[in-house]
Amino acid sequence: MAERLFFFLCALVAISTAVGMVASRNPVRSALLLVANFFCLAMLYFTLSAQFVGIIQIIVYAGAIMVLFLFVIMLLNLGSPEAQLQERELRRPLAWLLAIGLFLVLVSQVFLVVNAQPQPHGAAGTARMIGSAMFTQWSFPLLIVAVLLTVGVIGSILLARRRSA
Amino acid sequence: MTPSELGWALLRVAIVLGFLLGTLPLVIWFERRAIAWFQDRIGPNRLGPFGLFQPIADAVKLFFKEEIVPANADRFIWSLAPALSLFPALVAAATIPWGPNRLLTPVADVEIGILYFLAMSSLAAYGVLLAGWSSNNKYSLLGGLRASAQVISYELGMGLALATAIVASGSLRMTEMVAIQAEPLWGVVPFLHNWLVFTPWGLVGAALFFICMLAETNRAPFDLPEAESELVAGYQTEYSSMKFAAFFMGEYMAVLTISGIMTTCFLGGYLAPVNWSPLQSLAETGGGIFVPLATLTGALAPPFWFLLKVAALVFVFVWVRATLLRLRYDQLMNLGWRVLIPVGLMNLALLTVYLLYGWLPALVGYVLAIALYAIWAGERARRVERRQVILYAEARPYRRAESSPSSTPLSEGKGLPQEVLHG
Amino acid sequence: MTAVPASAYLTLAAFLFAIGAAGVLIKRNPIVIFMCIELMLNAVNLTFLTFALHQPNLQAQVAGHVFVLFVIGVAAAEVAVGLGIIVVIFRLRETIDVDSVSLLRE
Repeated sequence: MAERLFFFLCALVAISTAVGMVASRNPVRSALLLVANFFCLAMLYFTLSAQFVGIIQIIVYAGAIMVLFLFVIMLLNLGSPEAQLQERELRRPLAWLLAIGLFLVLVSQVFLVVNAQPQPHGAAGTARMIGSAMFTQWSFPLLIVAVLLTVGVIGSILLARRRSA
Repeated sequence: MTPSELGWALLRVAIVLGFLLGTLPLVIWFERRAIAWFQDRIGPNRLGPFGLFQPIADAVKLFFKEEIVPANADRFIWSLAPALSLFPALVAAATIPWGPNRLLTPVADVEIGILYFLAMSSLAAYGVLLAGWSSNNKYSLLGGLRASAQVISYELGMGLALATAIVASGSLRMTEMVAIQAEPLWGVVPFLHNWLVFTPWGLVGAALFFICMLAETNRAPFDLPEAESELVAGYQTEYSSMKFAAFFMGEYMAVLTISGIMTTCFLGGYLAPVNWSPLQSLAETGGGIFVPLATLTGALAPPFWFLLKVAALVFVFVWVRATLLRLRYDQLMNLGWRVLIPVGLMNLALLTVYLLYGWLPALVGYVLAIALYAIWAGERARRVERRQVILYAEARPYRRAESSPSSTPLSEGKGLPQEVLHG
Repeated sequence: MTAVPASAYLTLAAFLFAIGAAGVLIKRNPIVIFMCIELMLNAVNLTFLTFALHQPNLQAQVAGHVFVLFVIGVAAAEVAVGLGIIVVIFRLRETIDVDSVSLLRE
């Protein structure tokens, strides 16, 4: 019972923050609501006995990526009222309609397909299991991600450089 | 969860929160007195014995101060920011074990304990960043931007330093990290504990961690976000009353928590420097002189050692603040990205060499790394010296103009290179 | 163990994904569009973890967690480059409105 209550609380906050993020015109508020959303998702990961992924979610998304977003928003001064962009008024209803359609399609698949029972091993979410799987079974994809991150670092350094300097 | 488990959990939370909030005035008082001592002043000494009640008086004063909200500030985010800077400081200490009793400590002995601390400390950037932005003030904004860049940069170095501790102890669980350090020193000295700081990788890791923890808590010499000579008070400029106090409290609680983390990961946690357990067994079998000795060492309980180490680290915080000058922004970034991260990566690599191939190749690796660094640093110093010589030579016309009163004044430009006058 | 059925998690993930998609279509600020994409990626991560919990053997469960970590890594790289591009565009054009940044179309 307590688990259900916790799930619905987290889900409620996650949904409302997601809607708020899209509805808000102020990018700073959008970013903050997204941080709250990621926090709720991390809590949900914990309930799925994925404690390592959950804490990595907080460290990487809430701690690094979203701070970077806020940093850029403030650097470009996009949070002030006069800098806020008008939204595409015409496309708005169409976009919501499309989103609702997408949601219905996905949910129909959910209720058609899923009838499995959870098989909690407990050990699957530990850092030890994930680490050993990552460096043995999934070592090649890991290398590709590493190369991608290196390329990303070099690319962003090149982008940030001013040509005159 | 049974009621008794719940009761114990609440007790654990109460102890940690009570300690953090109760020690806070003491730490603030200590810092003010110690800084005064370093600067040959007296410091607050009027209220209570040795001025001990001064922080309480300050809190009461701040509580009754008027709260001023800046015009055009984003009211909601402006009020949220102090809370956001207080929250991580309050919860980050939850996985630190301060004694061997698992019923009393830590609050939650989770498998990902050290990552939990990293996650919470990374959230501390939000309070500062949002405070700076929502104040609608250029100094606050610059302070907030500086703080976020600094925290992100030094988080990497801190993560690498902690990775050393994690790899060396083979666990993310903080109680296991302490248990590993209880082994005999270097595997041979039986009556001493193998604190991580006594190993080469641990020493480098501890040094890295210490530098990063100064930066993460925005303390001197990394207090650029609140550099009063350039930015008024940085992100705190527009805050008054209890909101200002909240930032203050957050900073000092972060100092306490991060000292506890360093103690646990590198300085042997709650372990005493000497392994007393042979003494206890001698007292049980032999009696005589060993009984009072064993009682004495038993009274010097693990929490005492933990608190002693934390207090020593807090003193070093104050010491560094009183001694070192504030870094310039480019120096800060250079140190974070071009010194700490390469050193941390090298340290981690050499630690894995030790774990895979034994101590001899690792030792050779350390000697090689230090030698390479010495060569590089010497070359760099020579380059800087050469540049200074060149600058000195270029500046000669100015000095001649200054030294001889009969020569034409500087404004007419005699003896100056043209590009100096017009460029 | 968990009393919450998998369909609840999956419905939530589908909802978040749809919200993110709507945001991508509505917003004109590329930074907010980026944030919506992050939301969609996170919705996918939630389904990954939900399905991981319902796998019969341990190896398949761990694989789900590993894939979530890969997604997070790719998202981090994407954000680094994407925000760099946005800053450069702002420097060149003084605006980052995605509808007015259409140099290649004209």
